[in-house]
Parts: sequence; structure tokens; C-alpha cells
Amino acid sequence: MSTIAQKKGFGGTLWDFLTTVDHKKIAILYLIAGGFFFVVGGLEAVFIRIQLAVPNNDFVSAGAFNQIITMHGTTMIFLAAMPLLFAFMNAVMPLQIGARDVAFPFVNALGFWLFFFGGIFLNLSWFLGGAPDAGWTSYASLAIHSKGHGVDFYVLGLQIAGLGTLIGGINFLVTIINMRAPGMTYMRMPLFTWSTFVASAMILFAFPPLTVGLTLMMFDRLFGANFFEVAMGGNTVIWEHLFWIFGHPEVYILILPAFGIFSEIFAIFSRKRLFGYSSMVFATVLIGFLGFMVWAHHMFTTGLGPVANAIFAVATMAIGVPTGIKIFNWLFTMWGGSVKFTTPMYYAFGFIPSFVCGGVTGIMVATAAADYQYHDTYFVVAHFHYVIVGGVVLAILAATHLWWPKMFGTMLNETLGKITFWFFFIGFHLTFFIQHFLGLWGMPRRVFTYLPGQGFDASNMVSSIGAAFMSIGVLVLLYNIIMTQVKNVKVGNDPWGDGRTLEWAIPSPPPFYNFKQLPLVRGLDALWLEKMAGKKGMTPAEPLGDIHMPNASFIPFMISFGLFIAAFGAMYHKDYSWGLPVIILGLLVTFGSMFLRSIKDDHGFHIHKEDLVDDTEKGAKA
Amino acid sequence: MKRLANWRLLSLFAVLALVLSGCRGENFVSALRPAGEVADMQFDLMKLSTYVMVGVILVVMIIFVIIFFRFRRKDDKDETIPKQVEGSHKLEILWTSIPILLLLILAVPTVSATFNLADVSPMDKKNSKALVINVRSHLYWWDFEYPGQKLVTSQELVVPTNERVYFNLKSLDVKHSFWIPAAGGKLDTNTDNINKFWLEFDDKRSNEAGNLFYGKCAELCGPSHALMDFKVKAISRDKFDAWVTAMQDIKEPQKAQSDLAVQGQDIFNKSCIGCHAVTPENKLPDTARQAPNLTNFGDRSRIAGILKHDKEKLKQWISNPEPYKPGNLMTGKYDEMSPQELDALAEYLMGLKVQE
Repeated sequence: MSTIAQKKGFGGTLWDFLTTVDHKKIAILYLIAGGFFFVVGGLEAVFIRIQLAVPNNDFVSAGAFNQIITMHGTTMIFLAAMPLLFAFMNAVMPLQIGARDVAFPFVNALGFWLFFFGGIFLNLSWFLGGAPDAGWTSYASLAIHSKGHGVDFYVLGLQIAGLGTLIGGINFLVTIINMRAPGMTYMRMPLFTWSTFVASAMILFAFPPLTVGLTLMMFDRLFGANFFEVAMGGNTVIWEHLFWIFGHPEVYILILPAFGIFSEIFAIFSRKRLFGYSSMVFATVLIGFLGFMVWAHHMFTTGLGPVANAIFAVATMAIGVPTGIKIFNWLFTMWGGSVKFTTPMYYAFGFIPSFVCGGVTGIMVATAAADYQYHDTYFVVAHFHYVIVGGVVLAILAATHLWWPKMFGTMLNETLGKITFWFFFIGFHLTFFIQHFLGLWGMPRRVFTYLPGQGFDASNMVSSIGAAFMSIGVLVLLYNIIMTQVKNVKVGNDPWGDGRTLEWAIPSPPPFYNFKQLPLVRGLDALWLEKMAGKKGMTPAEPLGDIHMPNASFIPFMISFGLFIAAFGAMYHKDYSWGLPVIILGLLVTFGSMFLRSIKDDHGFHIHKEDLVDDTEKGAKA
Repeated sequence: MKRLANWRLLSLFAVLALVLSGCRGENFVSALRPAGEVADMQFDLMKLSTYVMVGVILVVMIIFVIIFFRFRRKDDKDETIPKQVEGSHKLEILWTSIPILLLLILAVPTVSATFNLADVSPMDKKNSKALVINVRSHLYWWDFEYPGQKLVTSQELVVPTNERVYFNLKSLDVKHSFWIPAAGGKLDTNTDNINKFWLEFDDKRSNEAGNLFYGKCAELCGPSHALMDFKVKAISRDKFDAWVTAMQDIKEPQKAQSDLAVQGQDIFNKSCIGCHAVTPENKLPDTARQAPNLTNFGDRSRIAGILKHDKEKLKQWISNPEPYKPGNLMTGKYDEMSPQELDALAEYLMGLKVQE
């Protein structure tokens, strides 16, 4: 291996990405795959809104509609929002803590490929007899009752993808604990790193319950077990608990990194350090903790009784406090600052009123007695879209513009970025604000149609028009991305000019070893401190020396691919005799690859000091 | 171009209709037009939480707007570095403690209402006069059993006004959720256990809503989840008692009146009675009641909970229910009917009335 970038053909680039263990390339993989699924989930959303634009519509059939809503939810949460956030965590977090890669680069690649094959498996259901149709929550009685293989795709695909997420989370945890640059104490970590840390810890505790639930359901549906079969002594409410013990923390796993992204943006573009940094960190940890204490508020109407409902109602309201702290700290970060309205700042600024609306309706649905009215209506649909689109998706779009130059070395067009923002933002409020009222007026969620004469007609049309605006916004963004990459105007270390954290101290995109010499961190906003001290870059914390790097490997791909094969076998083993051999074959591929990895010594390679000196002349200054 | 003009007109109408509807919805289906004690209680909580939350939004928005006008970087070349503020303990305490107080204001009535709504103690008292109704949900229809009155009806719940009505809820296939928005929040019908709650219908407001409320299934239950509607007839206690007596009087299936209806009854007895009962007695266990009870079918306001109540629709429904309720369990359970048979059957079914 040489440090000098070689010109590669398409095949070479493809092979490079299939085998890469570099966190920056894995980030790009996550971005592409997550972006693809985001578009797929978006198309499903458009179909939903077309179907519901007018009463008694027959654009899609009732059965197909249930498949579309199920896949919309599942895709957006597991295959779009999470991977897109993982893309930014991968791209930025190691740079922010001054590390050369994540702790386990090989496992990082494995995490991606597991997610990827799980997602592909899930979406193949469209072509293989129908997608899952029991809702993204897949409540047991309906899921067990559901005919065909749709729900099997759900339980198998999510098990594979979830495994990827889990090991990704563990990897980030270990990285943040062990690989911080000299001087980078916990209380000097940028907020995005902090939120990655807390979200990863939540993944560690939240995904196992989901896996348990999915495994039980897999045994029920495919191997004749009766965990959720009431007639055989099973219990379906257990599924609801397992799902929401995962499902509620999952919401915070999504929103905390979004908070982290916005914290960076507010500080950068106000030219001010984050107001109340330590209380922000405290609030993040507190939200992460409380996130595990409130799952039953999704089950207020399940009949858990007034004691449970009252406890979970009050616990849920408590989360409003740390979230409020965050909102005010962001406002006061801007207060007294010099706020520059770039595209990322547009999103961050638009996020505040949107998310506050989502937050306060969150408190409203937490009032258990009133939630009996809101539950499973369009009010709830409006609420969680205000939180997830108004929070997470705006953050993802903001981060795309903010870190695009760091990931690709070229900046997205600002004018097109602002056009995207306005279409998306107006479309978002047009689509979802009215849905609060639809719910209150008596429209349940997950309905494939509604009858005229109930007062729902006009508002549903408004909502559908809003969806069209959002779609235009996304199309402008895609155009922007293509045009930017075609033009490919290169930018320097700190293209926004006001970068505060370590990622802005190194070239865009960074060299594959990130930091030639690990930087010495003197405080919060490490780069900003050096800039204010009149220095151009970071002070190195070590002499120039050899850098130890991991080798690329195709094994992560193969391990994941084996599970992908085995999943097909498991699904069809009752229908066809080839099912069992295929399970065995798939598992052989997986375990064989793992065995190979275990017996083959792979010590990686070293970049020699002399090569690094060469790089300095090309401007790769650390 | 004309298409575009249509679109514009449509959206204009949409906005107009929205303003005119006064944001409260229809009084027979909207939770914002409460028609009873439970819905009132929930509506009050909604109002309280909305006031508190609008207050919070206002505070945030005022700061937000000031920031936009005062702290915008007006000149891109401006190189001034603002003062780097670490934070403020006073402010932190302020915006921690005020939200806690606000939440307490909200939490107390929430907890109290939650316990109040779960109070079903009169159900279990001996010799209780409380009206109890056993609700059983099925793939896409509702069964209502009045154990005290020893009668069963389906699809159209009949309740007396101005008194608490108690419900036992259970599902017999997949999970559904029982919701009458104007009368109060929902409760799931689980497959595992019986859930209990109560509702109350206010006489005056029931009259204003035409004594007929819409009920809905609120839990995804399959293709026809959206079509699993039922209706609630809320009438005064006297009228309710009269209805109960009229129902109880039907011990044997009602005799058809006209010749056509007699033919219809024959067809019914041949093809339909295996699943559909036409007597209200509740001797069969709930699991054995495979399809809606049709004793008072002629009195009802909808066919299958959703279709207009006339013979034309009824004939279309019987000849093929699938397009009207995809995935229903009635399709294909009986032989195809000729137009004459459908006429006769419709005549018979529409004549099944217990009250004039």
C-alpha cells in the first residue's frame, strides 16, 4: 500500500468501497445507502398522500396501502434516518475527537454491510409477493395473522439490519472512550460527539429488546412457536412492551444526534461558543436516561391501568424539562452573537419553531387521560412527524450542507440549498400542521381511505399539497448534489470560515490517516482557541512518526451476505425443500468468513514517516 | 391550463372550508365537540395543555424573532468576534424551574383524570343497576352484548343518555380499538384480556348531533381497518328501555310480511343463518357469534357500518362484499345470488325492524 492516491477505474473504485474499513469511506457508503432509502421512503409517503388526497380514493388498494405505510415507517426509521445519522457520526466524530479512525475499523465495515443487506432484504419484499403490512410497530396479533411472507421480511430484515446498528453503536462507544486526542477530556468534546456517545449507549441497551421481540416473532411465524399465540397461552401485549422498550429510546437515538448537529451549527454560525455547554451535556445524558423510562406512553390505551398510565405520563412530561433547557441554550447561543444565515443555519433556525411545536404536542400526548383521544389518530401522526421531520430530517439536511465540503471537498450550492429549505420547510408545515386537527376531528391513523361527510376532505387535500412541496425540495437537493459534484470546486480546511472543532483543522476531504500528528487539545472548541491565539492550525501532540493503519477487507461483506442468504432459506423453508440447505449454506458463508478472519493474522500496515513528509508539501497539513 | 386553474380553485376552496368549519370538526365525530362527561374531561385537559403550551411557544418565538432582527450578521465581511459567553447559572435555573412548575400544573389534573376515567367499580358491585355492555371486535365488525338485558346486537350500539355506560372490551381475532370520538377517548380491544371503561352521553348534545355518533376502530387491523366503523345511537333512558323491551320480545325470528320477503327469508335460512342470527338472545358464547346479529337490521343507519342504508346498496353488498370491505370474512361464504334472490333477500332484511 502506498499513501499516494492512485488513479482507479470504476471497478477499482467499486472494489475499494466494497472492502474499505476507512471511516470516511464507510460514511459515504452510509450516506449513499441512507439517501437511497430516504428517497424510497419518500416515494412511499407521496403514494400515501395521493391516496388520501380525496375521500374514497382508489389510487392504491387497501392491502397495498398497508404495505406502503408499513414500509414508509420502517424504511424511514431504520434504513434512512439511522444510517444517514451514522454517516455523519462516521464522517465527523473521529475527526472531532482527533482520532485516525474508529476503534474497530473492520467491525465498522461489518456494521454497514449488515445494515445494507438487511435493508435490501426488507425491500426485496416488494418484488417477492408483497411487503410487510402490519405497521412499522408490527403488533403481534395482526403480524401473526398476516398472510404471505411480508412480515417475515420484516422480522428477518430488521434482525440483520439491527445487528449492524448494534455493533456500530458499540464501535462508536469504544472509540469515544479510548481514542480521544491528548487533552480531549470528556468535557471538552464537541456536542455532536457527546450526542453520538449517548445515542450509542442507548443503541446498546435499546436494540437487544427489539432483537428479542423479532426473534420470538420469527419463531412464531417460521418455526411453529407460540409466544404471541393467545390460544396457546401466548401474550401479544408482551410484544408491545418489547417493541416500545426499544421504540421509544429509538426516537431519542435519532433526535440526540440531531441536537448535536444543531449545537455545532448554532455555535459556528453565531461565532459564539455554545451557551451553557455543561448543562447541554447534562441535558443530553438526562434525556438519554429518561428515554428508557417512558415507553409505556405508547400503550396508554392498551389497558395497563391508571397506576401505570399515571406514572408513565408524569415520567414523560419530565423529559420536557431537559429538552426545554436545550432550546433556551440554543437561543442564547445566538443571543449576542453574529448570526450568519447560511443554508445549515436556515435549517437550524427553522428547526427551533418546528421542534418546539413537536415538543409541546409531545407534552400534550403525555397527558394520559387526554391521550385516549389523541392515540392512534392523525394528531399523533402530526406530532411525531413534527419531531422526526422537524427535528431529525432538518438536522440531516443541515448536516448534509454543513459537512459536505468536509466529506467531499466541495461545497453544495448555497442558493439551491436555500431553495430546498424553503420548499421543504413550507411543505412540511403545510403537510403536517393540519393533521393535528384531522386527528382531533376524529380521523384515525393508518386508514387507507375515509368516507366523505366527516369534515376530513379539505384538510387532507391541503396535507397532500404540502407533500408535493416537500418532494420538490428533495428534487432540488438531488440536483444540487449532482451539479456540485460535476463542478467539483475544491475548498480548503475550513470552508465556512468559522469552524470551531477539530474536523475543520484538517484538509477537506481529510487524508486517509486524518491527522499526520495527533493534535493537542487545549479546551472546548479546540481549533477556535488556536485561531484566537493567532495560530493557523493545531499544535501537534506528538512527533512525526509511523502511522499504523488497518488493511482493507472483503470479509465484512461476506459475513453479511451469508446472513442475507440464510434469511431467504429461513423464510422459504416451510414452502420449499431447498429452504433448509440454504439456511445452512448462508450460515456456513457467515461463520466461514468469521473463521477466516479469526485464523488469518492481519496486522495492518504502516505509513512511513518519509511518506508523510511528502504529503506535507502537497498541503496535507495536520 | 384548465387543470391548473382547477387546482387553484380547489386549494382556495380547501382553505375557505377550513376557516368556515371553525376548526372544530363535525359534532357527531369530533373530539373537539365533546358530547359527554368523559369527552368533556378530556377536552378540558386538551384546553389546559394547549394554553400552557401556547404560552411556551410564545416565549420562544419572542426571543426567536428578536434574535433574527438584532443579531443577524448584516455585513458578510464583518470580522468582529462576539463575546464568548460560557453560560449563566441564573438563566439555567430559571428555565429549568419554570417548566417544572408548568408541568406540575399539568400533571396534577392529568393524574386525577386518569384515575377518574378508570373508575369502573359500579360494574363489580352486586345488584348494580349500571348498564354494562360487552363489546367484541371482529375483523371488521362490532358485536354488542347487553348481559343484563340478555340481548345481542351488532354494528349499531344503542345507549341511554345522561348515565354512565360501562364497557367490557375484548377482541376475538386481532387487536382493534374502540373509539367514539365525540363521547370520549378510545380503549383497545385486546386479544389477551378484557379491558373496562365507561362513557357518558349528554342528552342535549346527543340530540344536537342527531342522536347518532360515529364510532371507529383506531388500531390497524388489516386491509379494511379504515372501514371498520360503527354507529352509536344515544337515546333517552325511556326510549332505551322501550328498545330493550322491543328487542326482548323477539323470541323467534320475525315472520316476513310480503311474498317477496318470505322468499327472502327462505334464502336467508338456507344461505345466511349459519353465521347471522336474527334473534337477539345471547345464549351462544361470544366466540360462536361469527357474524353481525341482524335482528334489527332494518332499523340501522348503515350497511356494514359504512354503506348507505338502502336496498340497492344492500344488494350490491351481498352480491360481492369484497370491493366494499377488502379482506372481510363474508366474501365467498355463500353461493352466488341471482338478481331475483338478491331482491328477495334485501326485501326481507330491510323488513327486520323491532320498532316503528
